[in-house]
Amino acid sequence: MTRHFSIAALLAQAARGQKGWAPQWRTPAPKAEYDALIVGGGGHGLACAYYLARRYGLTNIAVIEKGLVGSGNVGRNTTIIRSNYLLPGNIPFYETSLKLWEGLEQDINYNAMISQRGVLNLFHSDGQRDAAVRRGNAMLLHGIDAQLLSREEVRARAPFLDFDTARFPIMGGLLQQRGGTVRHDAVAWGYARAADKLGVDILQHCELTGLRIENGAVIGAETSRGFIRARKIGLSVAGNSSRVAAMAGLRLPIESHVLTAFVSEGIKPLIDCVITFGAGHFYISQSDKGGLVFGASVDGYNSYAQRGNLPCMEETCEEAMALMPSIGRLRMLRSWGGVMDMTMDGSPIIDRTPVDGLYLNGGWCIGGFKATPAAGLCLAHLMAKDEPHPVATAYRLDRFATGQLLDETGGGTNMALH
Amino acid sequence: MEEFVYAGDATLSRPGSNAELSAWVDYVYFRDNPAGPHSELWYHAAACRQFLKVERDTRTHVISSAELA
Ligand SMILES: Cc1cc2nc3c(=O)[nH]c(=O)nc-3n(C[C@H](O)[C@H](O)[C@H](O)COP(=O)(O)OP(=O)(O)OC[C@H]3O[C@@H](n4cnc5c(N)ncnc54)[C@H](O)[C@@H]3O)c2cc1C
Ligand SMILES: [Zn+2]
Repeated sequence: MTRHFSIAALLAQAARGQKGWAPQWRTPAPKAEYDALIVGGGGHGLACAYYLARRYGLTNIAVIEKGLVGSGNVGRNTTIIRSNYLLPGNIPFYETSLKLWEGLEQDINYNAMISQRGVLNLFHSDGQRDAAVRRGNAMLLHGIDAQLLSREEVRARAPFLDFDTARFPIMGGLLQQRGGTVRHDAVAWGYARAADKLGVDILQHCELTGLRIENGAVIGAETSRGFIRARKIGLSVAGNSSRVAAMAGLRLPIESHVLTAFVSEGIKPLIDCVITFGAGHFYISQSDKGGLVFGASVDGYNSYAQRGNLPCMEETCEEAMALMPSIGRLRMLRSWGGVMDMTMDGSPIIDRTPVDGLYLNGGWCIGGFKATPAAGLCLAHLMAKDEPHPVATAYRLDRFATGQLLDETGGGTNMALH
Repeated sequence: MEEFVYAGDATLSRPGSNAELSAWVDYVYFRDNPAGPHSELWYHAAACRQFLKVERDTRTHVISSAELA
């Protein structure tokens, strides 16, 4: 049974015909009681379990997941990570996340194919250039890498973009070289395995169906596998946040919308970084298998369907063609959707709820994959200490009442603009 | 632009001018966000410019009724 991954283990397994690998985590039966329970076996919930055990010493804990680990958004996103934010409440959080990504593979002993290939945001007008300069300066002031590229520098790096006939000519770009992509499934599996190793129970096919609350405090979870007692419960269910919060009588500043990702047939290496199109909302990179991976905005109306519609596909392809007409003859291989928990200001919530012992991590909109390590860490901190982690103090549930919104795009309550 | 534009939850009603601040916070930011039948507004932007009240299932996209709002 090999539990630690290394070159030596690989060679030893090669000599034995790869027959000695053990399952990567146990399949335990639920216990009657845990010190803490995390609902949702996505990236965030699993990361939270790992950090609770690893950094806060809580090991009698479990993650309950209604389906399979990794079957939610953590396995559906376009895998982009970055920390190129503008607002003070966001910058330190996302940079904490990026730093955690940088050490993650050693920390959890798992190859997540973290690739800091660079994220390049193109701009196409004077106003957009000024906004990019401002954002880049805000990043530099926080000690984060940012580089402004001229049109010619962008062209040298990405000559396949349309520089000659574009309706929205490329004027330059803001590059964060430390940004990039990660193999998303490996993040879920790696955190699950690392948490399991520390004694965390990963309970798959275990759906939360109700919350038992007494005297304003949570005392346990009704699940499809029976009642589980726990005085601390963290909700981390992405697109299902409103449904699960409703079990505690809470209404959230969230709408669920579907976001679609697309993958083309595999081609030889073409795009060596992540490129975003500033005249619309479109992002593209190339997977290590060669497929182009891209996406655009949410469909724009409430949906729990995990599949998008044709207008969004058409819009996405139009943006692709506006940016790089050279891919017009490529065949699209697959597309799929994920249900996004869109908040009314485009920023997340990591906070206590009005119910004692019940914590909420949600509202990640279309960009919570990059946040996975830090969201897990901050939810763990909140659950262990009952106070917010220093880099997540702005992600309050009451900010919609106090007016302290965190709206990076200025999209307001229009979900398609976040 | 698409022919129909989504205009959100049709069950919200705008508070009166003397309403408490909390009523406004609820109206502007908080939603039931059901998984299942949802009453919503759509704007017929590329044609008659009327608002429609549509009942649609958010799990299947099936529309069960539509009337002028
Ligand atoms: C197409 C697409 C592209 C995206 N691209 C990016 C990107 O490039 N970069 C980026 O940063 N972000 C991106 N995102 C967003 C990102 O994927 C999400 O914000 C993030 O994955 C959400 O956190 P999670 O991994 O914990 O969610 P999930 O993996 O969805 O985890 C939540 C889990 O909760 C479970 N659950 C729900 N209800 C219950 C219940 N009642 N009981 C038990 N379990 C329950 C679900 O089954 C699910 O497994 C993208 C999302 C999509 C869909
Ligand atoms: Zn009409």
